[in-house]
Order: sequence, then C-alpha cells, then structure tokens
Amino acid sequence: MASLMNRVYLDFNATTPVEPAVLDAMLPYFSAEFANAASIHTPGQRARAAVETAREQVAALIGARPQEIVFTSGGTESDNHAIFGIVSSSLTSFTSSTSLTSPPHIITTAIEHEAVFNACQALEKEGVRVTYLPTDRQGLIDLEELRRAIRPQTVLITIMHANNELGTVQPLEEIGRIAKEADVYFHTDAVQSAGKIPIDVNKLQVDLLSISGHKLYAPKGIGALYVRGGTRLRQLLYGGHHQRGFRPGTENVAGIVGLGKAAEIARKSFAEDARRISALRDKLQQGLVQSVPQSRVNGAAAPRTPNTTNIVFPGVEGEALLIALDLKGLACSTGAACSSGAVEPSHVLTAIGLPADEARASLRFSLGRHTSPADIDFALNVVPSAVAQLRELSPTYRKEAAIL
Amino acid sequence: MNAAVQFDTLPERAETQRGLVVVAMSGGVDSSAVAALLQQQGRAVVGLTMQLWNQRRLPELQGDGPAQHRCCSLDDVYDAKAVAQHLDFPHYVVNFEEQFEARVVRPFVDQYLAGRTPIACTNCNTDVKFEPLLRMARQIGAERLATGHYARIRRNHQTGRWELLRALDDSKDQSYFLWGLSQEQLSRSDFPLGELTKEEVRALARRANLPVAEKPESMELCFVPTGNYVQFIQAYSRERGISLQNAEGEIVSENGDVIGRHNGIHNFTIGQRKGLGFAAGKPLYVLSIDPEKNRVVVGEDDVLRKTACEVEGVNWISCENPSAQFRAFAKIRHKHEPAPATIVPLDATTAKVTFDAPQRAITPGQAAVFYKGDVVLGGGWLR
Repeated sequence: MASLMNRVYLDFNATTPVEPAVLDAMLPYFSAEFANAASIHTPGQRARAAVETAREQVAALIGARPQEIVFTSGGTESDNHAIFGIVSSSLTSFTSSTSLTSPPHIITTAIEHEAVFNACQALEKEGVRVTYLPTDRQGLIDLEELRRAIRPQTVLITIMHANNELGTVQPLEEIGRIAKEADVYFHTDAVQSAGKIPIDVNKLQVDLLSISGHKLYAPKGIGALYVRGGTRLRQLLYGGHHQRGFRPGTENVAGIVGLGKAAEIARKSFAEDARRISALRDKLQQGLVQSVPQSRVNGAAAPRTPNTTNIVFPGVEGEALLIALDLKGLACSTGAACSSGAVEPSHVLTAIGLPADEARASLRFSLGRHTSPADIDFALNVVPSAVAQLRELSPTYRKEAAIL
Repeated sequence: MNAAVQFDTLPERAETQRGLVVVAMSGGVDSSAVAALLQQQGRAVVGLTMQLWNQRRLPELQGDGPAQHRCCSLDDVYDAKAVAQHLDFPHYVVNFEEQFEARVVRPFVDQYLAGRTPIACTNCNTDVKFEPLLRMARQIGAERLATGHYARIRRNHQTGRWELLRALDDSKDQSYFLWGLSQEQLSRSDFPLGELTKEEVRALARRANLPVAEKPESMELCFVPTGNYVQFIQAYSRERGISLQNAEGEIVSENGDVIGRHNGIHNFTIGQRKGLGFAAGKPLYVLSIDPEKNRVVVGEDDVLRKTACEVEGVNWISCENPSAQFRAFAKIRHKHEPAPATIVPLDATTAKVTFDAPQRAITPGQAAVFYKGDVVLGGGWLR
C-alpha cells in the first residue's frame, strides 16, 4: 500500500527535512563537543564560539546585529516572547503614566498563525484590548485601516510576514513605517518567509521578528527571536543568565549550530531556490486549475512566497481529498489539525471571505528545495483524478452540476 | 426525525481499490478486532476514527481529571492510532463534529425537551456512520466500510435484497440500533463480529496482541461523558440560550388531579419510578408526558401496560413496503424481549403495531423493530 510507494512530499510549510550539511555541522555537538556553552573551561568556550558563530549567521540572514538574536525553542516561543514580553513591559514601565490608565492595546490580523492569535486571545482574557484587522480576498490588510486602528494605548503591532496557508506576503515596509511614525513596537512572525524571501529588519523597520528552524531545513525545537537593540522586552522564562538573561535555559548548542548553518545556506541559495521553486509552483497551479473544472487559487493576486499555492476544489471535502491523495503517495495539507488529529476549518480561509464549504474544499501545496519536476508531474497526475472521484460521490457537487 | 434518510446511490468507480476496506475505529476492542480480523483475511485496511464531539465544549460537565474511555476522548483516538501502528495500516482521524451535532446531539436534546426518549445511537448509525463516513470511505477508494457492530448482513438471492440479521451472540446483539439502514448502506457495509461472541472477540484481540485487548467496555452515550443526560441537556440548552430554569410543571394523576410538581419534563421517561413516591401504598410510574401542558402523568404499574402503538419514519429492510398486515416479533427498547405482534402498514412510512399481550412502557422516541426469526424486517420510531 501507501507505505510501499514512492512518496511525494508537498508540505514544506509544515516542516522541512534537515539539510545534510546542517546535520553534519550539528553532529559534533551531540557528543564530541558536548560542553555547556555557559561553562568557563575550554570545552565550554568552544561550544560558546559555535553558538556565537550561529548567532552571526542568523543575524546575517535578516540584516540584524548578532547581539539582537535570541535563540528560542521555536516559532511559538518567539511569538509568545515578543507579544507577552512587550505587553508586560508596557504595563510595568507605564503604570504611573497618564497615557495608560486604560488597558494596553495590540493590533494584529485575522489570519495570524495560532502562536500569535491564541497569545492575543489569552491577553484579551486578561483585559488587554486587541484589534484583529480584516484582510481582503487576497489575504492582505488595508494600510489605512491599520493607521485608523492605532490608539494612544497601542503598545504593539504584530502582523505576520508570509501567511502559512496562502503564502501571501504583507507589505511590511509600509507597516513598519506606520509603526515607526506612531512610535509603536512592531513584531512580525517571519516563520514562513525567513529563508524564502529577502528580509532586512532595518528596511522593514521591525522591532521583533520570529524565526523557526524547522521551516528552513534546520531541526525542530530551535528558533530565534530578533529583538532590536533598545527594545523594552520583558523575559518570558526565568532561570540562569544564559543569552544575557533574556532567555535562560542551557543553550541547545547542536540546534543552534544547525539553525546557523541553515541560515547561512538559505542566505546564499534563496534567490536561486526561489526562481526554481516558483517556476515549479506555477506549473503545478496552472496545471491543476486547467485540468480541474471550477478550481481556483486562493490569494493568487497577492505577492506570495515562491513555494506556496492554496487551491479550492469546489464540491470536495478537503479532508477526504487529503486522505485519498495520501493513500496514493502524495502528502499535502488542509485546514488546521486539532489535538485529535482531525481537521478543523481554516480560520485563515474564512477570514479572507471564503464560504465555509469552500474553505473546507481547499488544499495547500507547499514546495521545497528538494521538490523535483517529477514530483510536480506526479501531483498533476493524481490530483485531478482524485478530485473527479470525490466529486462523483459528492451529493452536493452533483446537485450543483445538475443545476448548471 | 426522519429514518428514511436519502442516501444517494453511489455509482461504481473505476478507481476503487479492489478489496480496500475502511474500518470505523472507535479505539475500543471491538472495532480494533475488526481491523485485525480483516487484515488476517488479507484485506487492505484503512482505519478512520471519527472526531464527533468536543468533550471540552460544555465545561460545566467536566468532572475532575481527564475523561477516561469515552468516545472522542483523546485517549480513544490514541488507542485507535496505537492499534493501527501495531498492525501497520494507514489511520486517519476525521472531523464529523458538525454532522454529529446537527443529526445526533441537537435532535437528541430536542426530543427530550419534547417529552420523548430518543435513541442517539440509531441516528448516529443511520445519519453519520453509514452516511458521511461511508461516503468518505468510498471517496478515498474503499469498496466497503466495516464496523464493530454485533449484527449480520446477508444477501437474499431470491429477493435480491440485503438483509440485516441479529448477531449470533444474543447478549451483544446491536441490530436494534441498525434498523434505519438502507439497501445501499447495507450493501457497502461489513459487520465481521456478527458471528462471534464477545469472548471470542477478546481472544482474537489478545492473539493479535492488540494494545486495547483488555480495555473495558464503554457503556455510556459517547457525548455524555458523565452519563447524566439531564445535566447534559441543561448545559447544551444553556449554550444555545435556552434556559430550563422555568421548566417547572405539574405532576398529575390519570384523571388530572395535581399530585405534585416537577422541574422539567426532560427529567422523565415513560415507566420511570424514581422520585415519584407512592399512592395508596403502591409505587407510581410515569405513564405519559404532555409537552403542550408541560405535565407528567403518573399512575400504577398496570396502567403502564399497553397493547397498541404506532410507528413513523418506518424503514423496511428485508422487503419492499408491505401491502398487507403481517405477524412478527416486535422489540420496543434495547433491553426488551421481542414480543409477538400484528403489524399493519398504514402508508409507506407509518404502521400500527398490536401486541398479542400488553407491553410495559411503550415509549415515544424509542424504536419498534420487527423481527422474523433472526431477520430484521424493518423498524420505525414510536409515536
């Protein structure tokens, strides 16, 4: 069955494989170079040097200074650190000030990843005010609306760079300018953009930026938060003095080395990767839209990451299509997995105005550095027939077809 | 509730993978044993576990600690996954929460509030397991859906119809909950446990080293983890903005004398004795529930026995709509011993049932299921 087949993996937005060169760089730090990077002795100093090299490599990927990089356990921690950290330091630093007699205010969007969305929801329960900016059909926010949403109490704008489901890229440069003018901290979740499109924290004028290792060919369980020098950010975890006390906990040296190496590879290869991958993505998307009646690309008119396409196949349950394709050897994704592993309707797709049935009928294909033309041909071969079979057995689709 | 659910006739598909069977896996020993059994027979198996109800949805119903061995609890999902991993076949969790609420939970609560005593499992079978789940099974390329039900299906070659039969193990028989299935649904379904006893199923699970071989059986309704229906109905109604605080009404005798007050008709079912006290030294039982007047009518045990009743939403399985009256054994609740009766079809979906001898507590909302020997002729909802 499926386990015996060749698998084609088009779910690189979920996670990526560790690049062999990254793994090679990491391996010594599990055993031969096992020392604690906080230790004073020579082995410890060697581990420290490796961590600091990685810090430089990550900083170079996004145009930051090394001392502005904090290593974390991943994108979720980075997002939580930025959001909770800014809000709680705004509370401690302004309690006596008159401008904040009312609760602090955050501006975010309706299409954020759960790591941002649920952090904002948690703060809302504690009395923090949150504005969830709507987006247009392409998944882009309206800059005028952002401007109008800013209040004297606004302490943070947190808007993702590239959306995980659609790949749409928000106009961060303009958002950064607006935040700067209003003197409000600006955080972006760049988990889906880092390593795929150019990022320069100074050009974008972001104060905080989240990165996840496993989305850019480093391992799971390592990430980074860029914190612009001078940002008043309260720490999330308490412990030793690691990473200037910003993020205590013995450093995950091997993971950090892996993230550094992956960042270095991405910095050198992303322009070439983007050219190659976007050509394959466009071929896949055009082929599917042409061969599957009524199918459309969600967010196609917006700037997008080169590797992502999200396609609605009306009349199909995405969950059934995903399983049917998996059984044929093609891995892609739909909606969001809940704790049991079942699929929940995507809040992103409903937020861009898709009706619930079309949100459920949408599939995400995300390509990666190792996607080959043969992989795309395979997808173009199996997806249209799978959709046709599902539609044949769908009472709603056949009714619609009968009306047409 | 409409038992005669429209199930679109599914066309044959060129792409169906021959022999591929989907097993509906709850995480319990029965459905896990089905997967093992089919695999031993050389069938290609895919497991699907339905996510039906969010157990955290009504927080006031949460007991202390995690809910153990309830359907839809994460433990059960992980158990199903563990079995699939152990036997090495693909397994997926699929979300049917919307369908389950619309077709099972909401009707269940509405029926209780209307003074009836519903059977959620029948709706779940007819309208969820053997409808959207079966369709999904076919959509992902399977020929058939197998479940852990204790019942049997066979083709009658003379009539050409698919028949539903009682399980060989009478103590486990679940045919009472399956009378709503259409010919199309039966033709695509497998009940591999229908020929086995529970002991044989457990032995099979042990022989296959299934991680759930010793798992205790779940007896409660899956979406009411506490087993307390009244509490569930109140919590669910509150979530929908319906207060049952002012649901109080009168308890009356057969001739209308008010003899007490009740705190909502959803607390009562026909034949119930608990909390009603005595009259002239004899225990009192609920005779009927009048939702219009919000009254509970009570009386003595002998008045509770009736000979005739009517059913609606009838589904005939082993025959086309019968034109003439016929004799059969009718079963009016899960634990009822089928009793001889004469069934007179009134129209395509209603029938009158006259028992040879009076039956205790014929309860609206439950089903009457008609048997000839082991064969389920059909069934319908008691009015």
